[in-house]
Amino acid sequence: MPQTVFAPWDDPKETPLIRFEGVTKRFGDFTAIDNVSVDIFAREFFALLGPSGCGKTTLMRMLGGFETPTEGKIWLGGQDIGRTPPNKRPVNMMFQSYALFPHLSVWENIAFGLRRERLDKDKIAARVEEMLRLTRLQRFAKRKPHQISGGQRQRVALARSLAKAPKLLLLDEPLGALDAKLRQDTQFELVDIQEKTGTTFVIVTHDQEEAMTVATRVAVMDEGRIVQISTPDKIYEEPQSVYVADFIGDVNIIEGTASATGPETYAITWGEGRPPLIAQSQRSFSEGQACSLAIRPEKVAIHAQEPEALNRVRGKILDIAYLGNLSTYHVELAGGQIVKAQEANTRRIARRSFTWEDEVWLSWSDTAGVLLAE
Amino acid sequence: MRRIFVIAVPYLWLLALFLVPFLIVLKIALSDMALAIPPYAPTLDFQAGWAGIKAFVSELDFENFTFLASDDLYWKAYLSSLRIALVSTFLTLLIGYPMAYAMARSPEAWRPTLLMLVILPFWTSFLIRVYSWMGILSSEGYLNQFLLWIGLIDTPLAIINTNLAVYIGVVYTYLPFMILPVYATLEKLDGQLLEAAEDLGCSRLSAFWLVTFPLSRSGIIAGCFLVFIPTIGEFVIPSLLGGSDTLMIGKVLWEEFFSNRDWPVASAVAVILLLILIIPIVLFQRNEQKQRESEG
Ligand SMILES: Nc1ncnc2c1ncn2[C@@H]1O[C@H](COP(=O)(O)OP(=O)(O)O)[C@@H](O)[C@H]1O
Ligand SMILES: [Mg+2]
Repeated sequence: MPQTVFAPWDDPKETPLIRFEGVTKRFGDFTAIDNVSVDIFAREFFALLGPSGCGKTTLMRMLGGFETPTEGKIWLGGQDIGRTPPNKRPVNMMFQSYALFPHLSVWENIAFGLRRERLDKDKIAARVEEMLRLTRLQRFAKRKPHQISGGQRQRVALARSLAKAPKLLLLDEPLGALDAKLRQDTQFELVDIQEKTGTTFVIVTHDQEEAMTVATRVAVMDEGRIVQISTPDKIYEEPQSVYVADFIGDVNIIEGTASATGPETYAITWGEGRPPLIAQSQRSFSEGQACSLAIRPEKVAIHAQEPEALNRVRGKILDIAYLGNLSTYHVELAGGQIVKAQEANTRRIARRSFTWEDEVWLSWSDTAGVLLAE
Repeated sequence: MRRIFVIAVPYLWLLALFLVPFLIVLKIALSDMALAIPPYAPTLDFQAGWAGIKAFVSELDFENFTFLASDDLYWKAYLSSLRIALVSTFLTLLIGYPMAYAMARSPEAWRPTLLMLVILPFWTSFLIRVYSWMGILSSEGYLNQFLLWIGLIDTPLAIINTNLAVYIGVVYTYLPFMILPVYATLEKLDGQLLEAAEDLGCSRLSAFWLVTFPLSRSGIIAGCFLVFIPTIGEFVIPSLLGGSDTLMIGKVLWEEFFSNRDWPVASAVAVILLLILIIPIVLFQRNEQKQRESEG
């Protein structure tokens, strides 16, 4: 049986659940969201990623109904919801600070939204029990929010926002307050719950690893604009700008000028007297156009002797960052530029082949990097 | 040593400023009226030694308390004080809560000024402020003159010397005591809780009843006690603004003490008043304690 890939964004026949159409949001004369257009499809786990203050929360609050767009339209299931108040939208939000009601127990917090719908008691109780089971909170049902841990509070907030079975769930930095280990566990839990319930999730985060772990697609934001929307692997492997390449993970940026040497192949001149670097690129560059070559450190190999490779440079080890499973070598080239190379630590640290001040060679293939125009 | 000192200070304080005066008042309440200075008997004579103390104790009795129970003036006065205190507390809450709410919702830059305005009346003497209300409410007062001038009424309203004037006076005087604690709880309220309530399907109004109101409960309780407790024993406002039919225990006490010079009965009235007040005071303390624990 062939496995169908979940990729509704590639299918022109699919209609999106949410459509932002040229949405702009201004606070006074400050533009927080600048002409954003994006489609989000049902059952997606869509991540908004960007540095603090780039407008992620504002975009999300417009989906929740807490802000109205200054310009443009927001469609949800074919309806313009730009001015619909929050209590009239099939959308629920999990707040950055959880916003649990301190005077209500865990059970009552989860039941809060259901009670507003005037369902009968048995139905509410059954639904709350289901949510408690889903988030593994049965034992804490009677506690008040201040009597449980941060991780449990986070799960209550999730259960509460899922209880009404919204078409769309918004999560604003849901894991911000958790420690690293709990974060990881919770990320997988979130994905699991998202798949089980079939709800569309939009998550806000400034943590690129988190976005890559949970999301079907990631939108990278910069100063109120969306600069790239792609699947996590494409964002990582095929960034469309230096900003995205730099924001997602670690990257070496080498600036130079391009000249074509063959079909989709360019030689990059990057300094007097050095042999040009060779890179393949589907994006075309004119002769002598300024460009940046972005290469991930793990795609750069490190050698003691000069290797047989298309691209090779010589330098001195300046610093070694030991990350346990990996080591990142900071190598200073003759011109003073630093290139990072990453290697798996397959041997014990005492037997490591390179150390500080060693003269080494770095090499990479012509397909290792991405050639960018800006 | 230091610990003993730390514990001893509040107890000495309590002993000197509450327990000793209370015991003196209780002793007078158990004595009989006399035409003497001080105007009661017996008085304690330490010079006579042990026999003197024995003679003194044997002359004390509960006569004054049985007298209070037999004359319905007193328990009517207690009940009427309770009623006036309850009604004024309720009115103060009704007026004070929206004011506190508006203050907590106002732009942050205005809040210190608004808070200042609430406290400002304390800068003038309480007596002068009550006297000014006489000037406002009397039949030739500003209020009546104004209403006559705009033609709303033909004859002056009789407000002064009625219970209505007492309510106005009490609500005016104690309003800050309601506003301040309620404001303190409302100001701390996290605005995201209201957004969360709306997100889960509440209208603005139901979000208020389901979130804001319950979360300001401890402020409401504190404010109510801060108004209720002093109002029961209030004496100045009913005697200046109230009429002959305004019956309040504070006024009765004052008359027993200064007009009748019956110190023992006045003291008995005071002792009973204190016993009545102990219940709300204890409840108030419990509320404060619970508040501190939940924030703790
Ligand atoms: N209510 C508001 N009034 C004025 N400026 C705001 C308001 N809300 C957000 N902003 C501004 O909009 C920008 C984006 O904010 P936000 O969406 O919270 O960023 P993020 O969630 O990505 O950190 C920030 O510069 C912030 O100061
Ligand atoms: Mg934010």
